[in-house]
Amino acid sequence: MDQTARKARPILEAASRPILPRHVKLRFDKTRDRWIILAPERVLVPDDISVEVLQLCDGVRRISDIVAVLAEKYAADPDLIQTDCLALLQDLADKAFLLTVTEPSP
Amino acid sequence: MTDQTPPVADFQLVTRAGEEGGQRTTYGIPLAVLAELTHRCPLQCPYCSNPLEMEVASKELTTAEWCSVMDELAEIGVLQIHFSGGEPTVRKDLTELVRHATKVGLYSNLITSAVMLTKARLQDLADAGLSHVQISVQGAEDGLADRVGGFKNGHAKKLEAARWTREVGLPLTINAVMHRQNLHQLPQIIDLAVALDADRLEVANVQYYGWALKNREALIPSFAQVEETNRIVAEAQDRLAGVLDIDYVVPDYYAQRPKQCMGGWGRQFFNISPAGKVLPCHAAESITGMEFDSVRGNKSIRWIWDNSEAFNTYRGTGWMPEPCESCEFKEIDFGGCRCQAHALTGSAGNTDPACAKSPLHAEIFARAATEAAEGQDRFIYRNFSGGTAEDEVS
Ligand code: SF4
Ligand code: SF4
Repeated sequence: MDQTARKARPILEAASRPILPRHVKLRFDKTRDRWIILAPERVLVPDDISVEVLQLCDGVRRISDIVAVLAEKYAADPDLIQTDCLALLQDLADKAFLLTVTEPSP
Repeated sequence: MTDQTPPVADFQLVTRAGEEGGQRTTYGIPLAVLAELTHRCPLQCPYCSNPLEMEVASKELTTAEWCSVMDELAEIGVLQIHFSGGEPTVRKDLTELVRHATKVGLYSNLITSAVMLTKARLQDLADAGLSHVQISVQGAEDGLADRVGGFKNGHAKKLEAARWTREVGLPLTINAVMHRQNLHQLPQIIDLAVALDADRLEVANVQYYGWALKNREALIPSFAQVEETNRIVAEAQDRLAGVLDIDYVVPDYYAQRPKQCMGGWGRQFFNISPAGKVLPCHAAESITGMEFDSVRGNKSIRWIWDNSEAFNTYRGTGWMPEPCESCEFKEIDFGGCRCQAHALTGSAGNTDPACAKSPLHAEIFARAATEAAEGQDRFIYRNFSGGTAEDEVS
């Protein structure tokens, strides 16, 4: 069989359109009274801002759009938000907990 | 099932709504349950973590019993269920069980040797809401892999099933249980996981209890092998960042500190055996003298988790003797593995000898090195008749 690497590391940028794959579920857990992320054999505890970011990851919005929404909501510096956003999403993408939609924008 | 490596989840997750969170929380709501549907398995891995005395098919919980167990799990706040065994696909009702898990909101993982899977069955499982498949491999090529698993053509079947898993759109983890006789194939196993488009690879060194303890002489790696493995894993983790997530379980006979077994006894996880016994860990039945409650009794799972002697005996840190009692790491590793302490010291209440502070550590380390050097490679295969030596089957 072909044993060469087929996959390349997904590198996220401001124009990427992230979305959670079917097997990664962001859910509010009433028993624990907190948001959780369910992933293969793992449970993650996102902080409040990560939850907001992930709720905006719909495969349509670009990361730059998500940043704009949050920058306006919190009247914060977009550059800072973008740095944090990219770090969070890249980390999830590296674990295959996040996909990016690659089709060109309409 | 293969050697289990529970994920280390955040301590906040065991805290109930309204309670004060913090690392000191001894236990709260269990996160995940390992559902061992059966001990039947076509493979005969010499390191199998099932107990030496396995449960026969006639004792297994029925479909209805498992469904009511899942209702209870969901109600008490369990988030994930790992369908395991033995070989869970031996159960004809697996798809039905997965569908029920989905219905009650449990995230489901299938932990399988994969030799009995077909593409149609995988599609059915995916349609029933299965979220993830973990397939074990015993080596990087047929000859060795099939010898370790004691099953002809098993390796080829696994590769086929791994491809189907991806074709039906399910994420894949490859689980490789490593020991002296297959560690040299680790680089090829890493390549294989990439080629199979797995997201994750678990490189799990054998843990020595149950069948693996019986086979320790044939499995224990040398210290040099372990150092080489550390190097290979570190290099691959770096090279494959973002391509393959590699989880690594160090062989703890050669470690300085023991692993945090099960995230702490009775703290985050538990097991349900094929006949319905509720166990703090998959090897807990190896602790002689310990009694376990069953889902077939008149107690709820919640009651068993909160109150049973099996869970409370080694929960938290209060039970600990020295050197653990006064140790700064006691809330990090919770004193290591109770089953290993029992197997190696005769008492589950002792410090795990994998810890350098255990008085038995030096002896265990030396014995491991001696056994590795002797190179006795003959396996005793796992089966329902107490094991069969390799040369008796070939
Ligand atoms: S014999 Fe091998 S495949 Fe079967 S349950 Fe045991 S470890 Fe898993
Ligand atoms: S003495 Fe006990 S608590 Fe301390 S590192 Fe060893 S096993 Fe862990």
